[in-house]
Amino acid sequence: MSFSATPVVSLDTPMMDMPPYRLSGTVYGTLLNHRSALAALGATVNLPPYKAPPKAPVLYIKPRNTLAVDGDAVMVPAGVTELEVGASLGVVISRTACHVAAEHALDHVAGYVIVNDISVPHPDYYRPSVRYKARDGFCPLSSVVARDAIKNPDALTIRIYIDDVLVQTVSTADLVRPIAQLLVDVTDFMTLMPGDVLAVGVAAPAPRVRAGQRVTIKIDGVGALHNHFVGVA
Amino acid sequence: MKRARVAYAGVLHEATPHTSDGHSALRLSDGRVVAEDAVVWLPPFSVGTVIALGLNYGDHARELSFNAQEEPLVFLKGPNTLLGHRGHTRRPRDAAFMHYECELAVVIGRTAKNVSRQQAMQHVMGYCVANDYAVRDYLENWYRPNLRAKNRDGCTVLGPWLVDASDVPDPGNLNLRTFVNGKQTQTGNTRDLIFGIPYLIEYLSAFMTLTTGDVILTGTPEGVVNVIAGDEVRCEIDGIGCLVNTLVADDVFSR
Repeated sequence: MSFSATPVVSLDTPMMDMPPYRLSGTVYGTLLNHRSALAALGATVNLPPYKAPPKAPVLYIKPRNTLAVDGDAVMVPAGVTELEVGASLGVVISRTACHVAAEHALDHVAGYVIVNDISVPHPDYYRPSVRYKARDGFCPLSSVVARDAIKNPDALTIRIYIDDVLVQTVSTADLVRPIAQLLVDVTDFMTLMPGDVLAVGVAAPAPRVRAGQRVTIKIDGVGALHNHFVGVA
Repeated sequence: MKRARVAYAGVLHEATPHTSDGHSALRLSDGRVVAEDAVVWLPPFSVGTVIALGLNYGDHARELSFNAQEEPLVFLKGPNTLLGHRGHTRRPRDAAFMHYECELAVVIGRTAKNVSRQQAMQHVMGYCVANDYAVRDYLENWYRPNLRAKNRDGCTVLGPWLVDASDVPDPGNLNLRTFVNGKQTQTGNTRDLIFGIPYLIEYLSAFMTLTTGDVILTGTPEGVVNVIAGDEVRCEIDGIGCLVNTLVADDVFSR
């Protein structure tokens, strides 16, 4: 499959009806794939209810109602004072990826996107309600940058700013499963389809944000994603 | 009215049930009448977000040793899992326990945001049968049910028909049955749903806007048993349909 080297494609609507690949609207997140996130749990990973660290990748779905774009307002729900900013690199799938081998994994990547995987803070990872992560507007995505514009997706710096103040700097170099390995292990049990986005993992501690604040996430070579948070009117 | 989506002779069709000489057949939208086994059945509508309920029948919850819930146990499934009537689902050889789940699927037809229980049913377009497979061996204690256990290719079987809501006067009183190779293994009635359809629509639409094509799989009653490659699983719901699926071994999928 040929692929234009044009670096940046804008996303005008949440349905992302865009070349070079129309996003499918399905966004998967990966739990505990940043070393800091796993480390933050410490010994509790071996205690009930978990009893063991994750074996296979643990994914979750950000459904289509969560999708938003650069500049959108994110609603802080009633009764909630803070939300978690889940800054992650997102991999955009080009060709159907089923049971892929490591050496071919990146052949299935169309490009990269910044994902803000927003959550209502929740007490544990055992069986959290989807209302913590699947709320309307809780998954802003940036423009997509073509794969070839990124030399090494496993060495990208992610910076999070709240009201223009840098609050966290992390790197995709610290993923438990680097991107190719993640694609191998995910597509071993489920097929990723063209236009699907796989957010590769959020670092801990996730910065928290309140209504009235602005968040910018910058990833080297991918761009920036700006969203502001508003309270219930 | 019942509608199917099928592939026949090179193109997708809408199809409706047709009886000819006492045999069940399909009438395609272009007028052709074809046998039910002459087509490829697809999920009967354009599927949006797949919202599934865990442990939404008291008997099944007890079967799995769960206590009463404060809120519905909801999980989401991706489009890779979708499969039509008479489809084939891969049965991994290394798993000791893979089971079907016969469920009433509620298809949203009109945008629902902050909808009350009283208004909820106005947002339902129709119903179909769902078989929501799980592979228990792959269950981990993180974001249960983790996608490796539930979000596998071909593990959300939908069909055969989308039945208009107007043809289902009481979706809260429908018998469900599952047969494995013709032997009945599961039975239940939607009257035993812990969280009923209006409640679920109110609950979900309070935080996520439901749109046309989103589907709620309302959960399964007790009676799930292990299935193996070669088994034919038939999920039936009175007035909705009879959904057939066949388990297929790893080697067919080059595994």
